[in-house]
Amino acid sequence: MGKHLFLGDEAIAQAAIDAGLSGVYAYPGTPSTEITEYIQNSAIAKERGIHCHWSANEKTAMEAALGMSYAGKRSLCCMKHVGMNVAADCFMNAAISGINGGMLIVTADDPSMHSSQNEQDNRYYGHFAMIPMLEPSSQQEAYNMVYEGFALSEALGYPILLRITTRMAHSRAGVTTRESKAENPLQTPADGRQRYILLPAIARKRFRALIEAQERFESVSEESVYNQYFDGPDKRLGIITTGIAFNYLSENYPEGFPHPVLKICQYPLPQKQIQQLVETCDEILVLEEGYPFVEEQLKGVLSLGIRVHGRLDGTLQRDGELTPDAVGKALGKPITRYYAIPEIVEQRPPALCQGCGHRDVYEALNEVLTAYADAKVFGDIGCYTLGALPPFRAIDTCIDMGSSITMAKGAADAGIFPAVSVIGDSTFTHSGMMGLLDCVNENTNIIIVISDNETTAMTGGQDSAGTGRLESICAGIGVDPAHIRVMIPLKKNYEEMKAIIREEIEYRGVSVLIPRRECMQTVTRKKKASKK
Amino acid sequence: MKTGIILSGVGGQGILSIAAIIGEAALKEGLYMKQAEVHGMSQRGGDVQSNLRLSDQPIASDLIPLGHADLIISLEPMEALRYLPYLTAEGWLVTNAKPFINIPHYPEPEQLQAELDKLPHKVVLDVESIAKEAGSLRAANIVMLGAAAPFIGIEYDKLAEGIRNIFSRKGEEVVEMNLKAFKAGYERAQNQ
Repeated sequence: MGKHLFLGDEAIAQAAIDAGLSGVYAYPGTPSTEITEYIQNSAIAKERGIHCHWSANEKTAMEAALGMSYAGKRSLCCMKHVGMNVAADCFMNAAISGINGGMLIVTADDPSMHSSQNEQDNRYYGHFAMIPMLEPSSQQEAYNMVYEGFALSEALGYPILLRITTRMAHSRAGVTTRESKAENPLQTPADGRQRYILLPAIARKRFRALIEAQERFESVSEESVYNQYFDGPDKRLGIITTGIAFNYLSENYPEGFPHPVLKICQYPLPQKQIQQLVETCDEILVLEEGYPFVEEQLKGVLSLGIRVHGRLDGTLQRDGELTPDAVGKALGKPITRYYAIPEIVEQRPPALCQGCGHRDVYEALNEVLTAYADAKVFGDIGCYTLGALPPFRAIDTCIDMGSSITMAKGAADAGIFPAVSVIGDSTFTHSGMMGLLDCVNENTNIIIVISDNETTAMTGGQDSAGTGRLESICAGIGVDPAHIRVMIPLKKNYEEMKAIIREEIEYRGVSVLIPRRECMQTVTRKKKASKK
Repeated sequence: MKTGIILSGVGGQGILSIAAIIGEAALKEGLYMKQAEVHGMSQRGGDVQSNLRLSDQPIASDLIPLGHADLIISLEPMEALRYLPYLTAEGWLVTNAKPFINIPHYPEPEQLQAELDKLPHKVVLDVESIAKEAGSLRAANIVMLGAAAPFIGIEYDKLAEGIRNIFSRKGEEVVEMNLKAFKAGYERAQNQ
């Protein structure tokens, strides 16, 4: 117990530990990474033996978390928003089976795409799975929600989705912690087979049970301390905020709200309070971080018979994260700006580090491919995505984790030659391996470059699941060992690298090239650590 | 008391260590604080910034509205200029003078100087050379903090105590060197 300065991510992690967590399961992804890292570095977590090893991907993480919950323990599963797409199969069905030990799933969404390829709002996933959701407006609220969330999950019998966004995940504030609770005993569910074997006959019953549970979820939401109604004198407008949008509203009204305000931080939507607001006010303004999730529900197809403003009618920008200024503008407040950005200020995009092995891979690859006018390079998610930028401009696509291999396969099937895939080691074990099996089964004419820096670099150097075993993994999947070629990406090896790349392009079948050199950042970090 | 600070620089320069010391001192003072950081992709040599808000009253937004930052502390001069729309009319800009050039069309030194000259309140210091004099190039951030100290709203001694607390586990020598760098930054800024 005490007061600490915590990132939102750290508040969630500490709360989970204090609530008697037995295991966290996650794959690194900005802005969710620090939750698991905090638990990995926590002395109490170490002492109690809380599981905190990284999972190979979000789906394996979600399933393991469900398994731990099945055993009666409290489990936490964390991911960035797009990770939910990977985990969705288990996520949707965990809502059918329900849980045993309390299970919290954290989705860290990234509106404005600070470090992501889309800005999907995962509240739709919670709605889709029909389970309760929490969306904190402050670091303290994030702590409280997680601290109480496991018990709530157990009381309701379902997993709970905690949705945060970048500004909550990566912003620090003072948080008061509470006393630490003991872990749950090992206890499998008495009615386990009637819940966890999702054969149609059982799944139908379970789905009906989930439908029946909705009323309970709604009443819990209406009674929740996280959904608050504030009265205001000017009833021409009623304002609904979700999550941290409340803070931006408060920032614009330091003297108090002139209009009635409904602060929503727990879902399903609290019908009672929304009804009250709609009956009291002439028009509604919805402020929410992400997609117009609440706004769409309020408007519906037939609409409420009351005007609803928000992202859909242009009162707020349709995309991007909210800011105090964006909210101020929606409220008709003037924006104060005394200085402009001088014209001489240039963009400064991120770049691959000097000395990074990915640079050497792209240099050699680019040079070889000048001889193949029709070559296409299918990229993937990681530091090496920066190979898209000058001076390399080395990749043609980057869609989702693992897609480099399978997109290259489809393109090769269509007749593109050479079809090259560039994927990192961690992304390969996250979701590239199955695509490689597809290629092997059809002996697809493809070159797969697994640019191996022996870490998950982009998110800060976490362990990579296949380190030291990539060749044997590829051989095990069925790649001809003669076409698994390892090289060291250094300037002095360019001629050798280029020769190998040329040979493998000319080989008609599956080739895997593994340029291997440890990440510069990881090397530096290790050196620093060994000095201490 | 209410101070809005934008910390800026290039990914890898370590703006967050400045924030950590101010945060440490603020917490000791019993102040409210919110600090939004940037993690992830932009840390790879891109522009990075952090919003730091201190107040004796609860703080609503993690982000500083346009025109509401009392202070910009930057480890890089062009990055300081990037956040000017956030500065209040009478706000201070405290920046390292030395450019970090990792892009092809970086502005000319005299262009940068001309833009900095337009500002009513600024401190422009070559923090690396001051840090070297104080004992270590690695204390450049602390020199910067020293130069910005009068505008933070926390007393000099309390910030020095924050430095002591943050570096104490690295030994007395490191603490002393950083305190020297802090003082050097403060004094050089005063004499400007």
